[in-house]
Amino acid sequence: MTTTQLPSRRPAAPAPGETTPAAARRKRPGHLREQLSGWGMIAPAAVLLLAFVFLPAILGFGLAFTNARLISPRPVEFVGMDNFARLFTDPTFWRALLNVSYFAVVVVPVQSGLALAMALLINKKFRGVNFFRTVYFLPVVTSMVVVSLLWLFMYRKDGLINELLSTFSFGLIQGADWLNDPATAMPAIIALSIWQAAGFHMIIWLAGLQSISGELYEAAQLDGASRWHQFRYVTWPGLKHTRTLVLVTITIQALGLFDQVSVMTQGGPLDSTTTIIYEAVRSGFKQQETSYASAISLVFFVLVLLVSAVQRYLTREKD
Amino acid sequence: MKNVLRLNSIGAMAVRILFAAVAAFPIVFMLVSSLKPDQQIFGDMSSVAAFLPIGNISLDNYTAVFDRVPAARFLINSVGVSAVTVVLGIFVNSLCAFALSRMQVRGKRVVFTAILATLIVPFQTLALPLVWWVNQLPYFEVNGFSLEISKGWLDTYQVQIIPFIANAFSIYLYHQYFESIPKELDEAARIDGAGWFKIYRQVVMPLAGPATATVAILTFLPAWNSYLWPLMVVQSEELRPVMIGIQYFFQLNVSWGEVMAYASLITVPVVILFIAFQRSFINSIASSGVKG
Repeated sequence: MTTTQLPSRRPAAPAPGETTPAAARRKRPGHLREQLSGWGMIAPAAVLLLAFVFLPAILGFGLAFTNARLISPRPVEFVGMDNFARLFTDPTFWRALLNVSYFAVVVVPVQSGLALAMALLINKKFRGVNFFRTVYFLPVVTSMVVVSLLWLFMYRKDGLINELLSTFSFGLIQGADWLNDPATAMPAIIALSIWQAAGFHMIIWLAGLQSISGELYEAAQLDGASRWHQFRYVTWPGLKHTRTLVLVTITIQALGLFDQVSVMTQGGPLDSTTTIIYEAVRSGFKQQETSYASAISLVFFVLVLLVSAVQRYLTREKD
Repeated sequence: MKNVLRLNSIGAMAVRILFAAVAAFPIVFMLVSSLKPDQQIFGDMSSVAAFLPIGNISLDNYTAVFDRVPAARFLINSVGVSAVTVVLGIFVNSLCAFALSRMQVRGKRVVFTAILATLIVPFQTLALPLVWWVNQLPYFEVNGFSLEISKGWLDTYQVQIIPFIANAFSIYLYHQYFESIPKELDEAARIDGAGWFKIYRQVVMPLAGPATATVAILTFLPAWNSYLWPLMVVQSEELRPVMIGIQYFFQLNVSWGEVMAYASLITVPVVILFIAFQRSFINSIASSGVKG
């Protein structure tokens, strides 16, 4: 916007004796007052973010190199890389890393693809568009804990999913004991996770779609472009920034998999669904090993940074 | 040609309905099952009756829920904690965004960048050091005429509220929205003798309705749905929020009808709230908010 450049916003120092009313009010004392009230308005949010984001982040970084426990009479001591040495030799940690990668590799493309399809389906104006938007978004407003509980029930051997499978396949598919079988537990968690979160990313895609100018489509239609070509040469390039955002947020959320596992499987069966955050919470909360959990969190954070850096690099502007 | 187009739109509508069915069926199943006795839930599962409120319908499961868990207490706690978080969140974040977007504050670019940088830190990595840290914070309690200072925020209401008030994403949303409001309005108000806080309260905030609706929903949802955090920091039953209540059903013989009733009880208020705000929510995200 050009409004920020209007001369009235920041008056050049008025010549001595010149007294327009606005300029008179914005002389030095007024400016100082603006600084003070500005900082006064920034301060509450800034102090809270400092205390509850920056500080714990630094603290977590530091605690990872100590032997701190949640409640302990022992003084906190620096132990160097001990926690990391233990972590990297722990098979459960490697299993958790593998599980989370498996989850992300499936969820990122499938969920973002479905979310884009949903956004395309409701981007046009038609009768009932608000109904569909609301229904598609319904799983998002349902808490992941409730969702997990609900699907825990539906995934039973005699549950709704197997009944539906049997009905639609005319009895050909007999369904598994989804959550109690190491082979199907993670796919089951993947399915419900995609079901729950696709609506949220649909909204982000929708925002991107609506920022593409309608004139581009009109021009494409005049040139006789087919629907596929319109999508390929207008929509897809127009979604470049949205794409990065959706990919980064889905990947970070996928790596942080926790709630579903905590409610449905507690990492089992046979560690087939354990995740990095689940391990961190288990050691930090149940075993009260704050320092070990901090080390896991630190590894997780580095992973997140790495992934978003790679994604930003791959989707960078290639001008 | 016209026939092709018609076929196309019929096909699109069929796909829309299919997606809607997939999105809605578990929720419909939950609501319907909450009205049925356990035996009937399992009996209906193999037919379309699983999605229809037919047969032996009653609110018995709901009354049973209130007998089995302190559901009323949990609901009050969650309503209170979420409401306070939302109200304070709207105030603190919009105020900060106002100063960052509309005032000449020295160093505001650095502050804004630092705020946006917090977006990349996932909460799960902060949770554990945060537990340790809030346990070191002082806690003031007025007891009669004396002020008592004790250590540790664990097991309080404020530990469920204060860490979640300031939010970088809310500040970002408000900042984007404030940028679209003409700054001449501020100038006119200043000439009329208004101070900055008055401009914030009476000029800018009344125009920022859609941004406020979005921030309200995006603050309310995680506050109402929070699970990991209260699990770690709240032990007393009388302070616990609704999501923790779910654990109570697994310590006993599971009655799935009651579980579904409890799940519906804590989901329906959110759905109603969402439907009430959904137009301004979706529009404001789609028009100004998330653009990467």
